[in-house]
Amino acid sequence: MSSNSFAYNEQSGGGEATELGQEATSTISPSGAFGLFSSDLKKNEDLKQMLESNKDSAKLDAMKRIVGMIAKGKNASELFPAVVKNVASKNIEIKKLVYVYLVRYAEEQQDLALLSISTFQRALKDPNQLIRASALRVLSSIRVPIIVPIMMLAIKEAAADLSPYVRKNAAHAIQKLYSLDPEQKEMLIEVIEKLLKDKSILVAGSVVMAFEEVCPDRIDLIHKNYRKLCNLLVDVEEWGQVVIIHMLTRYARTQFVSPWREDDGLEDNEKSFYDSDDEQKEKTDKRKKPYTMDPDHRLLIRNTKPLLQSRNAAVVMAVAQLYWHISPKSEAGIISKSLVRLLRSNREVQYIVLQNIATMSIQRKGMFEPYLKSFYVRSTDPTMIKTLKLEILTNLANEANISTLLREFQTYVKSQDKQFAAATIQTIGRCAANISEVTDTCLSGLVCLLSNRDEIVVAESVVVIKKLLQMQPAQHGEIIKHMAKLLDSITVPVARASILWLIGENCERVPKIAPDVLRKMAKSFTSEDDLVKLQILNLGAKLYLTNSKQTKLLTQYILNLGKYDQNYDIRDRTRFIRQLIVPNEKSGALSKYAKKIFLAQKPAPLLESPFKDRDHFQLGTLSHTLNAKAAGYLELSNWPEVAPDPSVRNVEVIDLAKEWTPAGKAKNENPTKKFYSESEEEEDSSDSSSDSGSESGSESGEEDEEGDSSEDSSEDSSSEPESESGRQSDTENRRVAKRNSKTKGKGDSKDEKKENEKSKTSDSSNAESSSVEESSSDSESESESESESESRKVTKVSTPVFVPMKTHVLLHRMSGKGLAAHYSFPRQPCIFGDKMVSVQITLNNTTDKKIENIHIREKKLPIGMQMHVFNPIESLEPEGSITVSMGIDFCDSTQTASFQLCTKDDCFSVNIQPPVGELLLPVAMSEKDFKKEQGMLTGMNETSATIIAAPQNFPPSVILQKVINVANAGVVPSGQDNIHRFAAKTVHSGSLMLVTVELKEGSTAQLIINTEKTVIGSVLLRELKPVLSQG
Amino acid sequence: MIHSLFLINSSGDIFLEKHWKSVVSRSVCDYFFEAQERATEAENVPPVIPTPHHYLLSVYRHKIFFVAVIQTEVPPLFVIEFLHRVVDTFQDYFGVCSEPVIKDNVVVVYEVLEEMLDNGFPLATESNILKELIKPPTILRTVVNTITGSTNVGDQLPTGQLSVVPWRRTGVKYTNNEAYFDVVEEIDAIIDKSGSTITAEIQGVIDACVKLTGMPDLTLSFMNPRLLDDVSFHPCVRFKRWESERILSFIPPDGNFRLLSYHVSAQNLVAIPVYVKHNISFRDSSSLGRFEITVGPKQTMGKTIEGVIVTSQMPKGVLNMSLSPSQGTHTFDPVTKMLSWDVGKINPQKLPSLKGTVSLQAGASRPDENPTINLQFKIQQLAISGLKVNRLDMYGEKYKPFKGIKYMTKAGKFQVRT
Repeated sequence: MSSNSFAYNEQSGGGEATELGQEATSTISPSGAFGLFSSDLKKNEDLKQMLESNKDSAKLDAMKRIVGMIAKGKNASELFPAVVKNVASKNIEIKKLVYVYLVRYAEEQQDLALLSISTFQRALKDPNQLIRASALRVLSSIRVPIIVPIMMLAIKEAAADLSPYVRKNAAHAIQKLYSLDPEQKEMLIEVIEKLLKDKSILVAGSVVMAFEEVCPDRIDLIHKNYRKLCNLLVDVEEWGQVVIIHMLTRYARTQFVSPWREDDGLEDNEKSFYDSDDEQKEKTDKRKKPYTMDPDHRLLIRNTKPLLQSRNAAVVMAVAQLYWHISPKSEAGIISKSLVRLLRSNREVQYIVLQNIATMSIQRKGMFEPYLKSFYVRSTDPTMIKTLKLEILTNLANEANISTLLREFQTYVKSQDKQFAAATIQTIGRCAANISEVTDTCLSGLVCLLSNRDEIVVAESVVVIKKLLQMQPAQHGEIIKHMAKLLDSITVPVARASILWLIGENCERVPKIAPDVLRKMAKSFTSEDDLVKLQILNLGAKLYLTNSKQTKLLTQYILNLGKYDQNYDIRDRTRFIRQLIVPNEKSGALSKYAKKIFLAQKPAPLLESPFKDRDHFQLGTLSHTLNAKAAGYLELSNWPEVAPDPSVRNVEVIDLAKEWTPAGKAKNENPTKKFYSESEEEEDSSDSSSDSGSESGSESGEEDEEGDSSEDSSEDSSSEPESESGRQSDTENRRVAKRNSKTKGKGDSKDEKKENEKSKTSDSSNAESSSVEESSSDSESESESESESESRKVTKVSTPVFVPMKTHVLLHRMSGKGLAAHYSFPRQPCIFGDKMVSVQITLNNTTDKKIENIHIREKKLPIGMQMHVFNPIESLEPEGSITVSMGIDFCDSTQTASFQLCTKDDCFSVNIQPPVGELLLPVAMSEKDFKKEQGMLTGMNETSATIIAAPQNFPPSVILQKVINVANAGVVPSGQDNIHRFAAKTVHSGSLMLVTVELKEGSTAQLIINTEKTVIGSVLLRELKPVLSQG
Repeated sequence: MIHSLFLINSSGDIFLEKHWKSVVSRSVCDYFFEAQERATEAENVPPVIPTPHHYLLSVYRHKIFFVAVIQTEVPPLFVIEFLHRVVDTFQDYFGVCSEPVIKDNVVVVYEVLEEMLDNGFPLATESNILKELIKPPTILRTVVNTITGSTNVGDQLPTGQLSVVPWRRTGVKYTNNEAYFDVVEEIDAIIDKSGSTITAEIQGVIDACVKLTGMPDLTLSFMNPRLLDDVSFHPCVRFKRWESERILSFIPPDGNFRLLSYHVSAQNLVAIPVYVKHNISFRDSSSLGRFEITVGPKQTMGKTIEGVIVTSQMPKGVLNMSLSPSQGTHTFDPVTKMLSWDVGKINPQKLPSLKGTVSLQAGASRPDENPTINLQFKIQQLAISGLKVNRLDMYGEKYKPFKGIKYMTKAGKFQVRT
């Protein structure tokens, strides 16, 4: 590939040189495009002065004028030294304009351009990511070969940058460097490999673009990232989506077996039924194996489907071609609706989409038949759109709809756009040829058109009739006679030639007319078009052979005329015919067969769609549009006979995407592995359940007898680093666990039910389980149900980790006339409703009198919020205190619940604003589940921040304590020392909220929150940040 | 990907060029001019033109050709869609996209183009982000800039591009928080000679103008979401919510944007709100023809039809027309042969009509086809498909926004064959 594009570069260089040459002649005239002379020279002088002035405004003015010159295509290169001085300007706009100038002219003034490099090198180290990114952008755009090593270094560094935005720019820079110096390919591939592993949606599209440009044949780099790319796809920006989808289409065609084989599968089955031969049977057995789609193949097809709803036509088209090329034929139907929608767009989009539909509609008529009327032509359509629509209508025509279509065609034939009318006639011809029922109707219709006033229409009709008659000769003497008469009036050469050919071919059927026609033609021979002359010669020859008595002299006359014609083709033909038909002593053996040669049965022409041969190009590509291979076109390979090893896409344990290994698949491949993989899962599930303290690990069954030991064992079974923290809060844990085990039975069943419902409605949210589901065959159903039930457990609520309760003031005793109220969040599941957060309110009477009838009134709640109030308290003794609990459904928002706290005499307005961490319920989850869920909540659903943490914050116990203090989350046992994970779900909607704290070297830590509730997620992030960073 | 961009006006001058990789000589456009000559009409210039070393992909809008030069295989829609996005951005920035405006603002145009592509690959195409990078020119700002010497380039670097909601800028503040939604439906139809419908379908869009402080999270639900057969979303819409609950849930971009476009399922019969009675006849012998059209309401659900404009491309043989309308004004351009009649409102009691004679070129043969009639109209406060917004809620922010929803029905490509 590299040599290929390298060669291309050279070629294009040559091309530019010639183009430049042309330019010298072609563009010198308009308004002195080259400012080499007089007035412009002076102007440039004053620009130089302005650039050297001290005032930014003067500089800016100058730069603006220079950019104006560049935009108009004028040469401003001589200002280079003056401009490049300003590269370090403080003014952002000047700087930007200088960049524009630099990128445009650096290639021409390489030595001077080097002066600016150090500025960019400095900027590459800037703490601001956007400045780093823009420095890299300009640096890599300066096409100066000397700085290749510097660029390489900068790219390598940027590829490891913390900011995804800088990494995105690094991916862009790869392509620039590659086009500047293809020698760097190997090094660049290394960078690409690294960036492909990037999990940021910002990077994905750009790096795949770089991959496509630099090393599209290194499909092996994709394997490990395939699933990640599929999952990120929806969140990537639209342009990146197009590139990734095209790449994945090619990938799929090399890695999976064809899903289309099913169609002929039935035949094979039958054969094997009758075959008794052992060897044969073995062979067919192999083929008989029912086709099951690789789950990865399915993953791609499923994850691209929502993109059909994109507003970007290019994305829709990309998905459409993906479905066309890699999905089972039965599923490709869904793309037609979206493609038809694109027809509402601008004419250019229509043009491309219609072309692709035309190709599709040849192979699979059924897909677009329901949308037949969408392809009806409007008189306002541009001609190219009209003809494409006609093409599609022709492809879609069948016995059922042809009568409606013909009626529609009748309108088109009368169109004022004659070119279009002619195309319609061609179309009618094709319909007539393809659908035998309507051939006669069409033919008579076309004959009617022969009397049309417009010559183009008549000519086109003649040509089409000729083709049709050729297909079914014999019965159409009348039509031929009619057409012979037309020769007097019609002037279009093609039509005249067609008529002459027809008469010649059928000269025996119209014995009287044919010689007469020849006579007339002989008279006008000299003034005819070359095309017609050739046919006159042919006609003469044919008549000479069949009816030499009448036409001998005429033919000789014509041959004499032809002998001295100006056109050598005609002279050639004349000589050839004379030798062949006029017997003389020199004539060879061939002349005996002259009649056979001239009057042989000719095969009827096939009226075919011009789009017939386009299907070997990938749809949606430039090559398909041009029907010619464009430079850099990558062939779509055929499906492999046997799928390459699918395990290459499995990612190491540490990696996020690991969970995508479907259990069922592993079983199929390697039956001995089955036991292990399943037991592993079991272990996992017991892990998660033992964590919640409800059940001990299966190994520790004996220890169960000792009352408290179950907790200890559960901690043991969780991984090492966690246990330390566990021990510290050991006692609390025990207490909590005990309490929990009492209520557990009830709560759990409720939760499970809810989860059931949830998994029903939002199937797609759980990509893994459904991926197995859809690709399942009977043999796999067992493992499938297993994995499904496992995934349901994922969001089981666990007991909250104990933290000292924080109380907040609800009503101060001063403003409450002696009544004081505090509220706190006990972090218990609310007894009033499972969407509510439980709130404890402690009321104190600080007066020396009894306070009577304390109750709540006038709830002013935002929409959707609900509140369950406590029962009115009849009286509160002086110095007495009482604690009541209530439930508030905050709808997963931090909006305040305002209400009035009333006593017998007074009313006090109070409000409760929940800290975001209290809107959560802890969830018990294994590390594996956590990663799986996290994998599904990337992209938009991820917020992250880097924090500088004080070293004393580093012990796991401290981090755990700090996070839990803020958020009511469950601890996920972690396999690594430096990563802490917490899982929770929101109370109202049950959306997962996953918190990851990853400690890095040098007292930094990465805080990542994954949740569908992005708003809450970002608030939580904001609250956690100071807590973790403070000392 | 995209190598260079040339802007060419209708008289064939290249008035702007921009290169993202090495410079491509503007002489490459000669191939384009050749194709343009061959096509006679601007509309018929093929969008993809191959040349020996490059490919030219073009779009034609606002009487300007935007010609992109590419060198290697790339999905053509990718380039075309991007060019349209460029035009949309210009329109967004300058109000109109025309040659003089682009020439006047050439620096801003250049800066915007620089940000939109990096090495020919789209970088920032969201107008919210672009506007933060490069502020659109306003009269006030131009005045301020000339006095103070400040610039159009945003001094704050946009963070939106890096955030989880790349389409919304951060730190938005309004004193009046408002969110307006326009449901606009267009009827595409072909009506045949006898007045029966050949095809008719409804396409709709919901355009939004959202000016809300902070990071609001909106949900919009419909009374009858089933009507929507095929939809395409702004990237901000959460697809999962739509799939499962048929609710539009989104964090909106700031300002104007198209939230949704939809197609109403074909099973529903489309109510055609207008009919046209026509009597157009040419005779072989005489050079005069008769012309008479009447427009009337039909299935309008009690609403008035406004803004009716009738246009028709007359056959080439027509010399002139002498017509008298019962209301409105009409014009006939003898060069382009375009008849246009601005009717205005339709009064059901007194139907508007246009009557008169057509004079044909002497000696020319009778045109074989009657002209098709194109119709434009508007009906306020009606979504012809019956689509209704149920409610709009806001989460994530504490203030109460002002909400408004407007319905409108328009003619799309509405043709009557005669």
